[in-house]
Amino acid sequence: MTNSLREIEDNEVLFITGSNTKEAHPVIANMMLKARRKGAKIIIADPRRVPLVRFAELWLQQRPGTDIALLNTMAHVILKEGLINEQFINEQTTGFNDWRASLDAFTPEAGEKLTGVPKGDLVRAARIYGCSRRAAIYYTMGITQHAQGTANVNAVANLALLTGNIGRPFTGINPLRGQNNVQGACDAGCLPNVYPGYQRVDIPLVQQTFERAWAMPLSVRPGLAATEITGKALEGAVKALYVMGENPVLGDPNTEHTRKGFQKLDFLVVQDIFLTETGMLADVVLPATCFAEKDGTFINTDRRVQRVRKAVEPPGEAREDWRVIAELSKRLGYEMRYESPEEIFEELGRLWPALEGITYGRLERGGIQWPCPTRSHPGTEFLYKGGFPRGKVSFTAVSMAPPVERADREYPLVLTTGRNLFQYHFGSMTRRAAPIESHAGKPYAEIHPEDAEHMRISQDETVRVTSRRGSIRLTARITERVRRGEIFIPMHYAEAAVNVLTNNEALDAFSKTPEFKITAVKVERLAQEG
Amino acid sequence: MEKPINSISLVIDGKQISVPSGTTILDAAKQVGITIPALCYHPKVSRSGACRVCIVEVGGTLVTACTTPVSGGMEVITNSPYVENMRRDLIDLILSDHPYDCMVCQKTGECELQELAYKYSIRNPVFRGERRQYAQKDGNPFIDRDMEKCILCGRCVKICDEVQGVGAIDFAYKGFWAKVCPPFEQDLNCEFCGQCVMVCPTGALIGKNWVARGRYWNMREVESTCPYCGVGCTLSLHVKENEIVRVTAKEGRGVNDGLLCVKGRFGYQFVSSPDRLKTPLIRRRKGGDLEPATWDEALGVVASRLKRVKEQYGPDAIAGLSSARCTTEDNYLFQKFMRAAVGTNNVDHCARL
Amino acid sequence: MSTSSVEIKVCLGTSGNAAGGEEVLRLFRHYVFDRAVEARIGTRCEFRKVGCRGFCSKDVLVDVIINGSKTTYQSVKPIMVERIVDDHIVGGGPIPEWMAGDEYTSFHSKQYKIILGPCGEIDPENIDDYIRMNGYRAARKAVTKMTPDGVIDVVTQSGLRGRGGSGFSTGEKWRICRGQKNDTRYIIGNVGEVNRALAEGNPHAIIEGLLIGGYAIGAQKGYLYIRERYHLSVERLRTALDQARDKGFIGKDIFGSGFDFNIEFSFGTESFICGEETALMESIEGKRAMPRYRPPFPAEKGLWGMPTVINNAETFSNIPLIIGMGADWFSSIGTAESKGTKVFTLSGKVKNNGLVEIPMGMPLREIVYSIGGGIAGNRKLKAVQVGGPSGGIIPESMIDMGLDYESLRKVGSIVGSGGMVVFDDEDCIVSVTKFFVEFLQRESCGECTPCRIGTKRMLELLIKITDGTGEIEDLDTLNRLSGIMTASSLCGLGRTASNPFITSFNHFRDEYLAHIRDKKCPAGVCPALVVFMVVPEKCKGCGLCRKACPAGAVTGEIKKAHDINQELCIKCGACYKVCKLKAIKKQ
Repeated sequence: MTNSLREIEDNEVLFITGSNTKEAHPVIANMMLKARRKGAKIIIADPRRVPLVRFAELWLQQRPGTDIALLNTMAHVILKEGLINEQFINEQTTGFNDWRASLDAFTPEAGEKLTGVPKGDLVRAARIYGCSRRAAIYYTMGITQHAQGTANVNAVANLALLTGNIGRPFTGINPLRGQNNVQGACDAGCLPNVYPGYQRVDIPLVQQTFERAWAMPLSVRPGLAATEITGKALEGAVKALYVMGENPVLGDPNTEHTRKGFQKLDFLVVQDIFLTETGMLADVVLPATCFAEKDGTFINTDRRVQRVRKAVEPPGEAREDWRVIAELSKRLGYEMRYESPEEIFEELGRLWPALEGITYGRLERGGIQWPCPTRSHPGTEFLYKGGFPRGKVSFTAVSMAPPVERADREYPLVLTTGRNLFQYHFGSMTRRAAPIESHAGKPYAEIHPEDAEHMRISQDETVRVTSRRGSIRLTARITERVRRGEIFIPMHYAEAAVNVLTNNEALDAFSKTPEFKITAVKVERLAQEG
Repeated sequence: MEKPINSISLVIDGKQISVPSGTTILDAAKQVGITIPALCYHPKVSRSGACRVCIVEVGGTLVTACTTPVSGGMEVITNSPYVENMRRDLIDLILSDHPYDCMVCQKTGECELQELAYKYSIRNPVFRGERRQYAQKDGNPFIDRDMEKCILCGRCVKICDEVQGVGAIDFAYKGFWAKVCPPFEQDLNCEFCGQCVMVCPTGALIGKNWVARGRYWNMREVESTCPYCGVGCTLSLHVKENEIVRVTAKEGRGVNDGLLCVKGRFGYQFVSSPDRLKTPLIRRRKGGDLEPATWDEALGVVASRLKRVKEQYGPDAIAGLSSARCTTEDNYLFQKFMRAAVGTNNVDHCARL
Repeated sequence: MSTSSVEIKVCLGTSGNAAGGEEVLRLFRHYVFDRAVEARIGTRCEFRKVGCRGFCSKDVLVDVIINGSKTTYQSVKPIMVERIVDDHIVGGGPIPEWMAGDEYTSFHSKQYKIILGPCGEIDPENIDDYIRMNGYRAARKAVTKMTPDGVIDVVTQSGLRGRGGSGFSTGEKWRICRGQKNDTRYIIGNVGEVNRALAEGNPHAIIEGLLIGGYAIGAQKGYLYIRERYHLSVERLRTALDQARDKGFIGKDIFGSGFDFNIEFSFGTESFICGEETALMESIEGKRAMPRYRPPFPAEKGLWGMPTVINNAETFSNIPLIIGMGADWFSSIGTAESKGTKVFTLSGKVKNNGLVEIPMGMPLREIVYSIGGGIAGNRKLKAVQVGGPSGGIIPESMIDMGLDYESLRKVGSIVGSGGMVVFDDEDCIVSVTKFFVEFLQRESCGECTPCRIGTKRMLELLIKITDGTGEIEDLDTLNRLSGIMTASSLCGLGRTASNPFITSFNHFRDEYLAHIRDKKCPAGVCPALVVFMVVPEKCKGCGLCRKACPAGAVTGEIKKAHDINQELCIKCGACYKVCKLKAIKKQ
């Protein structure tokens, strides 16, 4: 997030797109509702009737995969009606005129045709967002989990640049991070192309810095993205895989593909707290500790470094992950000497100035938002105050491209995956919380009543959902939360693992993010048995 | 645009104070260190003035401190015998319709009503009579709703509606038999965020998970960060005998300021799940089962196999996937391991999923 | 004899309807047509439905007005219509034995009907009737010739005070509301139980009052809040509203002044608490009727958070008169502090029950004895409860007091909803108190502690006393409860809920003590404390009591004194009522 969670309640306009905030980030939804109580307007763009729609001034029920059309149309209207922030554009951006030309075609009429949203609503949304100088955009996987994900994000950013709704309080481009420490994992450099602090591995100066710090020669070749590893394993280019705290068999698109790839590996080691579907394929499984059994930090969605503290002893011989890694490293001939996670954190701080001012001692009083370069720095509530670090940023022209798969005669429905309120990810934690499991323990597919009627499917009936990759069985939940022609299946249930259906070949070209939001499927009744 | 704030001077229990106009007597009193007891007031929800316990004397009449804004020259008395007797009697009235079962009540020690009964030494209430008794139990798996202990303060109703935007419960029936319940007295079926549990002043709303699992004073409280989504809510883990028996959030701590969702508040049992991995496991033969092993053996196997692949195919034949669930430190070390010890940039994690 | 005009007015208020008024009117029309009456007498007969004139115990009331001379018939049944048409309208000879008697005259002669007056005279479903008696002239005057502040000045000068609750100056309330900065304001007319006669008999006066009020405070919208169950009131108001809209009195650009004002209905259910103005606003907003704390007062922050005036229909009915006839005229009625008239529902042990309108300050005695005709059965007056369930009980010794806001407050009562119940020496004051408290605890919304639990505990103690298990300490507890409820309740309901106890205890302490100390109910009402016995000297052994006893407790042979088995007696009093010789006594 460019801005802070604390600012949400003072937003004037909240444009929420591709985010089921009430279920995926419930406490952020509380903040949004507080903003609304204080008079803010909420605009939601989402194909599904997500729970927050009830509180929205305007709901743009777009067709899946039409984010660019929607966002570009809004930009078109903002431009046409003179709601732009010229001073901001002149002072802080480049490429405005070129980009501007790319919007010509996105008239409200064209927007309506492409997105299925009435043009009046598109215009209203543009006016509401464009007229406010305290408008913030919130988005999540509904924007990114597309083959066009990077372009979608650019289109989002264009809107903020156009109106200058960035670099000031109560504004911003705010992706809501889905996992407790996805920010921290990125910050710490668990990405194939960057070292900690987003310092690129292919820049020699950077590489040298890290070589000095780690006293080891380092590779300048960017590595493989998670979603590419399976493919490379199948090709035989990747022979061994070390998985820590992740379950790609359920998490990656096309489960069958993943399973095959992992089976082809020479060696798979999985370090986790439970024996996951991935662990079951492993040659070695190492018992790890969960959040309650170790010290450390999580970095949340608004860049807030917060302490995790050991509350209980781990079960059996389970060990803290950092100790396992250090021991392994030693056995591979590279000594790592740390007494505590605090020492590791301090080392990270030395390598990335944004964290340098943060210490465990300071965190006792509460979380601190990076960048925090010095011990006396209070942390940074919102980014880009007084300008972008790179000087001017550029508008990026983005054009519509169709999704990789589209509904056709054989697979007439569009599947979207996501979360529900009660379960979390692939369920290894929440499905072992008895009350949650007893309340929300069954896989289901949300189907629109008209589609259900057409297919003669009744409420709670077991159905089979099939894509080009495979099929799963689960319960039909007939509801108007989904659009006609679309179904939604939550990702949490291994017994009906939705990634059996998804497409490993539909990836965003830059971020390698899978297109989880659009998969062509068919739904069938199961023949009555006996 | 900031509205101009007019300052108002008043006297509370003889103490002179100036506060912005619109401040309530309750908040003004807090500023001079005077705590006025209140059962229905809660900073997270709108005020109702229902419990009447925060009454204070202004010019001889009683007003509720939580709803009454200060006015210039006001003289407030918070502790005259008149006020104190009235307050005592109000608590007495509430207790006359309350199960006297503090010794088995989960809320004991944290109960705001119990605290006031203690303060006013109400052992035997002056007022006696029928108590509400309800046979029906709520079958939901999360929240124990014992409406006999409900004092109708309305905090739960308001937080559910105003803060959570759900409105799963409201008042039903009238008079003495007024009752907070879901529509048609069905079992609660809501988001189960448990904000109602957090604000309930008595034992009427309790997490089923922690009933009879320990008294709060026998627990250790450890502040930590929620392991679920990216909001990063600050949690208090209540630990007894190496087990988390309850999770709460404290007002004023972290971004969540006391709020949580169903996962954060009720989804912690996995920590002590019997399914947890307790020893390393090794597949000693291709196609064989995973079998328990010592750490030494397991790490030995991992190290030698990785070494062998690296030697045979080069470091880029090894890849590592770390986790958005692990700590920043774990992740830092993991990528350092992959880059420095293994020698590849093939390190990524599940950010896109 | 030549007849120049015939008018037949049939009372069709709720009570008139219930007594068969529609059928009576139909039969009048039928016979007039069937007998070719109009041809025979040489003039048209006008039929008029009119509203309630208050004397509901004698419904159906019918006025036959021939050449301006009015004859009122009471208790008219359908079977009587034919003879009235034949003998009176055609034959010219009224039927004395069916005519309303002295009690009708005395019931009305002491009243001062400025707002109820038209109710028995005009057709409430015909706006022209209302206009003919200067209807909407006051509204036109206010909207076209007066400034809003001018209107408020007149209302303030008139001394009109709210007819529903605490008697706050109506003009002052309007002024506070008008003084708020908000552009949007609301005005609400609460049509309560006691206002039904107004709504049924003269609905346009309420609408006109609301319109004038709306103009005065600067509201664009008014609400009529009424229980949906009051079908006839709703129907008449709806008809009136439609007619007023057709005439352009409600809507856009009223009287060409540019003033826009609309009125809409908001329906409530059975709920005493909705008489509390903030609870009423919650109800209009679609929420459960629970009172709001104050300040802020509704005039500052009311419906939907906007400045709002709530007055009841009786208050609004006075407004056209005040504007039309002037503040001086209005303030010439009543006492120094309480101006105008007040409508009360006179009921209980008086001979004449009904709805009465009296000038403020009229002594209670006059109402009971002149208007009410004295105590039924010529028993002894014991007390009068004034102001509805949460009013006070006024003992016989004080009935020379005048009825006005200040006097009533002084004796621990209120004007309240205008209820007035008369009790005689056969009524047990503790039971009466219990009855009112039972009602109030049932109608408490349950929001605040003192009212929710206090009324319940109060009721329990009163039950204990009437059951004969009361202890002397219970009186202390009751007094303590009264203190808590009065001083600390959230709204008026709770604050006044102990009025019945406080006043009855002040004036009838001995009766409470008799229940507790002597285990006796002096009025012989409380079943647990009463014994029915046969007085052998008076009993002639007729057997009536034996037959009447549902429990088989009475035994005895014919023509010999009977006996009551106390073990079997269920204290229903059937024997006592049936005995013509007063041979059964209560102890």
